[in-house]
Amino acid sequence: MTPLRTTGPPDGIGVEAATASGTAASAEPAAKPRRRFPTHLVVFIAPAAAIYTVFMVYPLLDSLRLSMFAPRDGLQTFVGLDNFVRLLTDDLLSDAFWNAVWNNLVFFAVHFVVQNPIGLLLAALLATPTLRGRGTYRTLLFLPTTLSVVIVGFIWQLIISPVWGFVDTPLLGQSSTALVTLALMSVWQYVGIPMILFYAVLISIPDELTEAATVDGAGAWTTFWRVKFPLILPTVGIVSVVTYVANMNAFDLIYTVKGALAGPDFASDIMGTLFFRTFFGFQLQQGSSTMGATVATMMFLLILAGVLLYFYGWQRRVESYQL
Amino acid sequence: MSAVSTPVRGVARSPRAGRPWRARAGAAVPHVVLLAYVVVACGPIALIVMNAFKSRQAIFEEPFAFPTPDTLDLAGFETVFTRARFELYFLNSFIVTVSTVFLVLLLGSMAAFALAEYRFAGITVISLYLAVGIMIPIRLGTVGILDLMVRLGLVNSLAGLVLVYTAMGLPLAVFVLTAFFKQVPGDLKDAARIDGASEYRVYSLALPLVRPGLAAIGVYTMLPIWNDLWFPLILTPSESVRTVTLGTQLFLGQFVSDWNAVLAVLTLAALPMLALFIIFSRQFVRGLTSGAVK
Repeated sequence: MTPLRTTGPPDGIGVEAATASGTAASAEPAAKPRRRFPTHLVVFIAPAAAIYTVFMVYPLLDSLRLSMFAPRDGLQTFVGLDNFVRLLTDDLLSDAFWNAVWNNLVFFAVHFVVQNPIGLLLAALLATPTLRGRGTYRTLLFLPTTLSVVIVGFIWQLIISPVWGFVDTPLLGQSSTALVTLALMSVWQYVGIPMILFYAVLISIPDELTEAATVDGAGAWTTFWRVKFPLILPTVGIVSVVTYVANMNAFDLIYTVKGALAGPDFASDIMGTLFFRTFFGFQLQQGSSTMGATVATMMFLLILAGVLLYFYGWQRRVESYQL
Repeated sequence: MSAVSTPVRGVARSPRAGRPWRARAGAAVPHVVLLAYVVVACGPIALIVMNAFKSRQAIFEEPFAFPTPDTLDLAGFETVFTRARFELYFLNSFIVTVSTVFLVLLLGSMAAFALAEYRFAGITVISLYLAVGIMIPIRLGTVGILDLMVRLGLVNSLAGLVLVYTAMGLPLAVFVLTAFFKQVPGDLKDAARIDGASEYRVYSLALPLVRPGLAAIGVYTMLPIWNDLWFPLILTPSESVRTVTLGTQLFLGQFVSDWNAVLAVLTLAALPMLALFIIFSRQFVRGLTSGAVK
């Protein structure tokens, strides 16, 4: 079950589900063995498996395959790892690639550094035992997360536009500030997710633990950092890896605000926009499905690297406690 | 909240709570910080919605004022409906989202039921095969998906979008619903079997018992689909099958300097999901934390 812990905001569910299934597994004995061909099994599983295979697994494998082909004389010809060599060494291509990788890592770093403290602070305040209006706060704080990225991008574009006059510097127009500004817009939208997940952990901490700490003479501050914070750490890891995966294939926000060229001067170019341009072409450069597939494969490897780093670098070291 | 009502703060403070104003000030701190962040989170949305109903002059002169009869101006909305077919975009988004959610819940619950209910050779392999999809973003297969859609003749059709989104939503649905189905009491299913019910009948009896799981999955399938820009941009760019998100994006690009129209279209595009969220926020949040939140 462990490798399944890497997933999306919905992963909150996944993790809980994993523990739930652990406790409930013994409750259900196998159905009575029948000798007939189990038609019902096929009827139950085949439709889901078929759609998943045809529209997700097959295209993913096909993309991997295409990354090792190139058009020669109008035909797709097998070229081995040539595309990857080109992407990593060709002057023009490799500059764009490494620029996008670096920008993407900065994009993620801003998320990591900003969303965890804010999420934790809000969650801790929401979990204050005597707080009134908790439900209302939760709804309002989570509101931006439900919006489309297109809307979020434009709302902020209007608000920080010097035309409207709240901000004088064109934050999105300067290469030095564009990427960080975009990342902060994204944090503004998604900070609700870490908040809710941390909050869920905080309120599930049994009273005995905090009471024991209080009896031992710990104040609220010490109780939080010594008792509650260690229990939150595994969730910080999950939120971060989920954010990393989402950031590595982010596209909508940058495309909405800066277009496919991710300006100014590619300062906000990330893997998603690079993939889009490589696949569909832009200005004078022609689109290429094989180079597009190559970029997608590199995105996959970067995601894989991040996920493995999480499993071996974080999850093994941070202790999880069964509450 | 009774389960977590240990008043940590209260206990810690009580020995020196000689002055009640101090305790009261302490209790106000969370509200001050939370309210400040509510302004950060909701202020921008409110600013956009508010100004969408104002005249161009008022937008720039008094951006923080509510629309008054003097400044009320619906020109933006007129532009939106005369220059773009937003009612059509809404219909398209609605069809895609509802069909996908229906398919994901139906097919996902069927597969999950089988995986939770029966022991058979290859069950681990099938479970893992389906679960792998939770981790891998489907966008990485875009080259293959476009290629496939061209061959199937499904480019610029809502059916193509529905199939891709269904494939995207199924892995998580199967994974989560399997855990829910495992908690359905076995006695109930065995009683039905003794009465001669078919396996399909047993499934339909178990289905209502996993309603919380279905609600959570429904919500988390719906949001990213309604809000997605990537696949509509690539698979369904033509006007007749355009979704709200893509329609908004294209409209914004085209009318970027018409502030009334831009504010109006943002308001129109945001309101349905905001309204839905405010009505169902309990279920949303509970889904994300799978029941831990009261």
